[in-house]
Amino acid sequence: MSFPIGHRNLNRVASLTSDCHNSRVTRARRIFGRQSILAFMSGDTSSPRAQWEAAFNASPTREAEFTTLSGIPIDPVYGPEDGDFPGQYPYTRGPYASMYRSRLWTMRMFAGFGTAEDTNWRFKEIIKAGGTGLSTAFDMPTLLGLDSDDPMSLGEVGRCGVAVDSLSDMEDLYAGIDLGEVTTSMTINSPAAVIFSMFIAQAEKAGVQRARLGGTLQNDILKEYQAQKEFVFPPRQSMRLVRDTIDFTAAEMPRWHSVSISGYHIREAGSTAVEELAFTLANGFAYVELALAAGLDVDAFAPRLSFFFNAHIDFFEEIAKYRAARRIWARWMKDRYGAKDPRSMQCRFHTQTAGVSLTAQQPEVNIARTAIEALAGVLGGTQSLHTNSMDEALALPTEKAARIALRTQQVIAHETNVAHVADPLGGSYYVESLTDEVERQAEEIFTYLESLGNGSLLEGVITGIEENWFQGRISDSAYDLERRMNSGQRITVGVNGFKDGNEEDQMQLLRITNEDEQRQRKRLDSVRSDRNQDAVTAALDKLRTEAEDPEVNLMPTLIEASHAYATVGEMMSTMAGVFGRHVEVPSI
Amino acid sequence: MSGERILVAKVGLDGHDRGVKVVARILRDAGYEVIYTGLFQTPETVAAAAVDEDADAIGLSMLSGAHMTLAPLVVEAVRARGADIPVILGGTVPDHDLDELREKGVAAVLTPGTTAEDIVKEVQRVLDGSQVA
Repeated sequence: MSFPIGHRNLNRVASLTSDCHNSRVTRARRIFGRQSILAFMSGDTSSPRAQWEAAFNASPTREAEFTTLSGIPIDPVYGPEDGDFPGQYPYTRGPYASMYRSRLWTMRMFAGFGTAEDTNWRFKEIIKAGGTGLSTAFDMPTLLGLDSDDPMSLGEVGRCGVAVDSLSDMEDLYAGIDLGEVTTSMTINSPAAVIFSMFIAQAEKAGVQRARLGGTLQNDILKEYQAQKEFVFPPRQSMRLVRDTIDFTAAEMPRWHSVSISGYHIREAGSTAVEELAFTLANGFAYVELALAAGLDVDAFAPRLSFFFNAHIDFFEEIAKYRAARRIWARWMKDRYGAKDPRSMQCRFHTQTAGVSLTAQQPEVNIARTAIEALAGVLGGTQSLHTNSMDEALALPTEKAARIALRTQQVIAHETNVAHVADPLGGSYYVESLTDEVERQAEEIFTYLESLGNGSLLEGVITGIEENWFQGRISDSAYDLERRMNSGQRITVGVNGFKDGNEEDQMQLLRITNEDEQRQRKRLDSVRSDRNQDAVTAALDKLRTEAEDPEVNLMPTLIEASHAYATVGEMMSTMAGVFGRHVEVPSI
Repeated sequence: MSGERILVAKVGLDGHDRGVKVVARILRDAGYEVIYTGLFQTPETVAAAAVDEDADAIGLSMLSGAHMTLAPLVVEAVRARGADIPVILGGTVPDHDLDELREKGVAAVLTPGTTAEDIVKEVQRVLDGSQVA
């Protein structure tokens, strides 16, 4: 992209015309600033800029002063008349015409620890502190579909997230929170359909119809085999459950995001930025092919797919990655999968700063790392953002650390003015070039996966998992980075450089005691003794029968079982009896 | 020193395997023979594998916060088999847990940010110590 000459001329002409007292101009200037007035006056509606203006004009504007700190007026976007604009295919510069001028990103802080009551309390604190969405972290047993009293759960209950065993925990988790108003994200994958069913059941018990529920289910099983490794069933059987949730939400829950296709964990497991991008989008294409194969129309489900990317410490590479993600997704959805609804082509994503970039040494420095990473997410046009807390190299965050992390977003949002202009780095020689290169390298990976699957990305991705191809690439990249650190080619402050201060006293960390585990087991005991056992048995029998028929959508029966207070472990082991369990072949 | 066998293991439900794989490669490059158990092991399966494989040390990787429960159980399971194989723990272990882990028989703890060089040094120190004992 190159525009400097035309851009300057446009400004000069616009500033001359701004002296005339044409009310049309005055209004246009108020809305668009100087550089767009020319197109506005000429009545040209065919240029990309004119089309963008029309779309921008139709969008709401939030209350804010859109000037620099010194009072210089700022346009919502900059670029040449015939350039790329946000809200326009292929959406490199953003999915929406108005971006943060209409609405800031959702400040969605991931939280979960101990019992449902503990986490409910933290959720309410987050809302009080100005958080605008909820994001639920589940503990390891829940992620693996085990009850808190399973022998394998020993020592893990409530540690990495909140323990959820049954509808009773779900009721406590969201008690007093209006789920028709606040959107909720749930980071759950292997048991996603089960937890989602419990969520729907508890909302309906609280009087909120499922159609009103807005939020996101992570439900991205493919990256579990590749990176996060919290898998239960074999890949193909798991994909049936993903299909069921996509199908169910397309029909019944218009505000719900059925899958959050996640690069975050791929990156945390050690991939490069390009691998994160390419593996994630390839997984996305696989889900699209899965739903198409189930007979769904692409525009019936694709608008409800969303993404989740990492914000690592290489500032510009991350921004290029987000821009390339939008462009690639749009092109593939339109050209390959025949999407017609623009929303099917718009890659919308959540971002989380990089946990792996945090250090246990001089943990306060993590605030700086997180701020830089969060800024990359915002300049890259993220739709929602989680900022990690400074103490997370060692433990779940304390309330204070989590508040500082949220405050970091608020500083970016309200003090820096960076949200005033969409894609402010668009047109930068460096960022444009890096965006193109990241895209090119990602396309090479798609070509490989396509050949692996004989033309099918769905088959290519599953074969790649079965052959440990993804896992091997991620391990190789992780080790490569480690070697560069150890050789001193890369410096991490406090780890292999600038270590003065490492010996200072450690900060106060959140401590989860074994008492939480005991309390959760007691809660589960009382659920089991209070419920109608016949109803549970009947629901689980029905689940088993239906699981055997791959044509049946299991969601309605899972909701029924949730209402009967069947536990996560009971539903998952019932399905495992039919689906089998996945075992990874260990490799280093 | 090289040729000694080290069993690296993921015990419990923690799927984070970046660290264990990187450390396994670091140790392999340093000349040790490394065996990786894979995910979702129990203290019993780790101890049994260590004895079967005639391991000189066990390296546990834990990032889920369950180390205070599970690491001592691995030590106990090894001892219950009459073996004297030192257990080294690596992962997100806060300083306030270190004393108790040592009291419960964990031979060394490698916390976040430990360099490759220090990992190898510490493992060798533990191996030398256990040979003397």
